[in-house]
Amino acid sequence: MRDFLLLLADNTQILGHRLGEWCGHGPELEIDMAMTNLALDLIGQSRNYYQYAAELEGAGRTEDDLAYLRDAREFRNCLLVEQPNGDFAHTVARNFLFDSWHYFFLQALCQSNDERLAAIAGKSLKEVTYHLRWSSEWVIRLGDGTEESHSRIQDAFDNLWTFRGELLTPAPFETEAASAGYGVDLHAIRPLVEDRLSDILAQATLQRPEDGWMQSGGKTGRHSEHLGYILAEMQYVQRAYPNSVW
Amino acid sequence: MNTETQTQTQTVTVGDLWSWLETVVDPEIPVLTILDMGIVRRIEIREDDRVTVSEFEGRTNTDASVNPENAQILVYITPTYTGCPAMNMIAAHISIELATHGFSDISVREVLQPAWTTEWIPESAREKLREYGIAPPEQASRVERLLFSDVSVACPRCDSRNTEKLAEYGSTACKALYRCKDCLEPFDYFKCH
Repeated sequence: MRDFLLLLADNTQILGHRLGEWCGHGPELEIDMAMTNLALDLIGQSRNYYQYAAELEGAGRTEDDLAYLRDAREFRNCLLVEQPNGDFAHTVARNFLFDSWHYFFLQALCQSNDERLAAIAGKSLKEVTYHLRWSSEWVIRLGDGTEESHSRIQDAFDNLWTFRGELLTPAPFETEAASAGYGVDLHAIRPLVEDRLSDILAQATLQRPEDGWMQSGGKTGRHSEHLGYILAEMQYVQRAYPNSVW
Repeated sequence: MNTETQTQTQTVTVGDLWSWLETVVDPEIPVLTILDMGIVRRIEIREDDRVTVSEFEGRTNTDASVNPENAQILVYITPTYTGCPAMNMIAAHISIELATHGFSDISVREVLQPAWTTEWIPESAREKLREYGIAPPEQASRVERLLFSDVSVACPRCDSRNTEKLAEYGSTACKALYRCKDCLEPFDYFKCH
């Protein structure tokens, strides 16, 4: 259960951190605020999972220890969420790939036989409904927009497509979670995710990239070089000044 | 803020606790109290061997007496949004408010189930929102229906439904930014949740 919780916690924490990087740099004030609000939701969700994981460990560690004092190899997040922001189209495409999976994943997680997980999922789902709506609208607007916005978001999907396979490919601890009834059967949600992707890409007049070879490894701790840089920034204060508090 | 302090030990009722909590406002929307928002779900009072539970819905057990001297008060709140930064402040304000009435053993705990919904905001509070310039949530928060179905939002100033959405996220995560095409004023819309 601990690995499964950390997967959920790390996914939301790292994507939240990436979106937070846009703070003050958004293409428009409204977009800037939207992205930081998304970040806030995601980091809030990650706290729920970290708190639960820390309690389960029963080793006296807190949510902060889990977020700030683990090394890259111990992070369970998918490679997709640690990919750099790139331009706005790249961020939108990354978020849409994540949201269209996250939404159906949480829907299924609401049926978890673990009451606390089901409660966190139910709460998060309401927020993620808006996340999916936001990223879907921007995919459509950019894809069906100008020649430049179209080509930028098409490029973004072409580049990021290789990272989407991992979302729907269970790590051993996810298979265990699904069969024990507290996790999610990724095979069961796949058709829902695929339909949503195809539908939005079609509305956006975008070409759905071929499903070729897919990257994997994040869930078992083999990350791209980007995660190290994220952690260097995110964990800097706790590493430099251990146990410092606000 | 109630500055009156209880100097002598006196027994109060659970109903008093609710009326004191009624004075704590949402820091982001100061016209609404945390009870208007439905944030406080229940109060639990532990006194000697006795546990009294008072639910927000129907305000149960309000006649039960409480002795501030030795009662342990647990206030259960539910977050509007998971990452809402106002929650810490709300928890602090609850503790301060009850402390001014002589309580010393106060804990504020979070509950996630059932998930907070804008359906808990009563009509009286929706009216307060309108007066404050925020359009209240338009419809029941059926999650699937909200996806891609743009709701028609009435302008809180002129009541026109000829409005347009400018941004999905407004000044806080719980609000979207709209503009009225008749009176031309921009306004916040409290999203369905």
